[in-house]
Amino acid sequence: MGAEQSPKIVIIDESPIRAAILEEGLREAGYTEVVQVNEMQSLLARISSLDPDIIVIDLENPSRDSLEQMFQVSRAVRRPIAMFVDQSDSAMIQASVDAGVSAYIVDGLKKERIKPILDLCVSRFNAFARLQDELDRTKNALEERKVIDRAKGILMKLKGLTEEEAYVLMRSTAMREKKKIGEIAQSILTASELLK
Amino acid sequence: MSGPLEIGFIPLVDAASLIVAVDKGFAAEEGLEVNLVREVSWSNVRDKLNIGLFDAAHLLAPVAIASSLGIGHVRVPIAAPFNLGINGNAITVSPSLHAAILGEIDGDRYDPMATARALARVVAARRKRDAEPLTFAMTFPFSTHNYQLRFWMAVGGINPDEDVRMVVLPPPFMADSLVGGQVDAFCVGAPWNSIAVDRGVGHILHFVSDILVRAAEKVLAVRQSWSERNPEIVAALVQATARGAAFVEENHEETAHVLARPDRVGVEPDIIRRTLDGHLKISPDGSMRQSGRYLLVGREDAARPDPVQAAWLYAQMARWGQTSLSKDALRTAMATFRPDLYDAALGKGGRTAPPAPGAFAAFAGPAFDPEDISGYLASFDVAKRA
Repeated sequence: MGAEQSPKIVIIDESPIRAAILEEGLREAGYTEVVQVNEMQSLLARISSLDPDIIVIDLENPSRDSLEQMFQVSRAVRRPIAMFVDQSDSAMIQASVDAGVSAYIVDGLKKERIKPILDLCVSRFNAFARLQDELDRTKNALEERKVIDRAKGILMKLKGLTEEEAYVLMRSTAMREKKKIGEIAQSILTASELLK
Repeated sequence: MSGPLEIGFIPLVDAASLIVAVDKGFAAEEGLEVNLVREVSWSNVRDKLNIGLFDAAHLLAPVAIASSLGIGHVRVPIAAPFNLGINGNAITVSPSLHAAILGEIDGDRYDPMATARALARVVAARRKRDAEPLTFAMTFPFSTHNYQLRFWMAVGGINPDEDVRMVVLPPPFMADSLVGGQVDAFCVGAPWNSIAVDRGVGHILHFVSDILVRAAEKVLAVRQSWSERNPEIVAALVQATARGAAFVEENHEETAHVLARPDRVGVEPDIIRRTLDGHLKISPDGSMRQSGRYLLVGREDAARPDPVQAAWLYAQMARWGQTSLSKDALRTAMATFRPDLYDAALGKGGRTAPPAPGAFAAFAGPAFDPEDISGYLASFDVAKRA
């Protein structure tokens, strides 16, 4: 970033974890002036006192419309413009919308200084989405384990099987019916519930 | 065409003909595979349409015009071949503002002239005692809600940019903000007024059809360049949505259930039904009000885009300083509304019983003439021209 002063970056994100990840990433990259804003009620007052060069907001945030109006009417803040106004780099715009992040840039900030910041936002947003995905998958796997264990218990009790035999029975049924073992286990639970 | 059409919408009752067109299978019967995407902000809908992530969108009519003109944002010419709704908004006020207006009113409570003058007296009294200015919420700077609120209060002598605060809020936050005291009133589309009334936190003061008999509210918007490359898809989309609109007008009950789904509008069918019927609970005490003009989806030629409506919206942008007047810009604004594409898709069968003469009228001011917008605007005392 050379001798130039670090631009002031404001992050508005309803997900505090993602905001923290993004802030950390920006700081690691050498941006020292990064602030998270969470309170939407006094948003304009906060932004005008911070006087940022760039404002990053998540696209799932319904307050985006409020933000746009504030920028249009406010004399208190320097007027930021949406990143989409400059369409010269449509690949960057596409990537950021895909990742779910948008930015408002105060006129005067040079384009070559904006790009690395946006690239970083996009990669952190994508990384967060992957993390979330992994977390969901782990949760589902845990859930499935529990279902299989309960189904095993039912088979052991009803058919006098050992734990291993109960598992093998479910697995072979799953293979024969081209289903997942979790689905077979779930139907055993449902059936036993019905037959109670 | 590769893959399904991606079409964005905001959860509002005036997306009905589009949602019904997809969920009742009309789009599929016209050979279209459509993926409807529920969005959280108009900024998102506009941006995703602009950059091509959406092929079409349920869009505020003034946003379509502003986009064609490049006002407030990047210029992307938009074509609107179908009008998704006429009217459909209401003005809801807090119980205390409601009491204050009724306390000052001199005339009929449904007469916007009487309420606007009463509001002006409330505003003046507040200023006298150094109270905070009243705060009015609407949904977007380029919205009919913004222009309808301004038109109404300015007739009473209120300058919306100086005498009150105008803020933008996402519709689902409106009722909460009324409770929290962050806003005193709002103008929003269905079902959000009814939700505030049902929660006992607001009174519907006006249907916007009290203010302007007929105002284009939402359009089906596509990029103009895309419409030129895909004329058959545009025609099929118009045909499917027209069937949706006809279905909505004929089948309020089933439409209410289709819209009630969580991935569509996601509120109780009963609330949606009231707005389709134009039979609304307007106060927490259960008072009802009926109007045949509350929301027009397909009847009275509502679906056919009317360039004069686009001109009126453009005139409001000029009146409130969002742009300056020019003949070229007026032509561009009017050309955003595309009755030619509508007619090409539907032929004569697309016309329903036309509105009565004089149906395009406001409760105050001269008749609107798109040929003389500066004369029209000069007749209003309150304005903030660019």
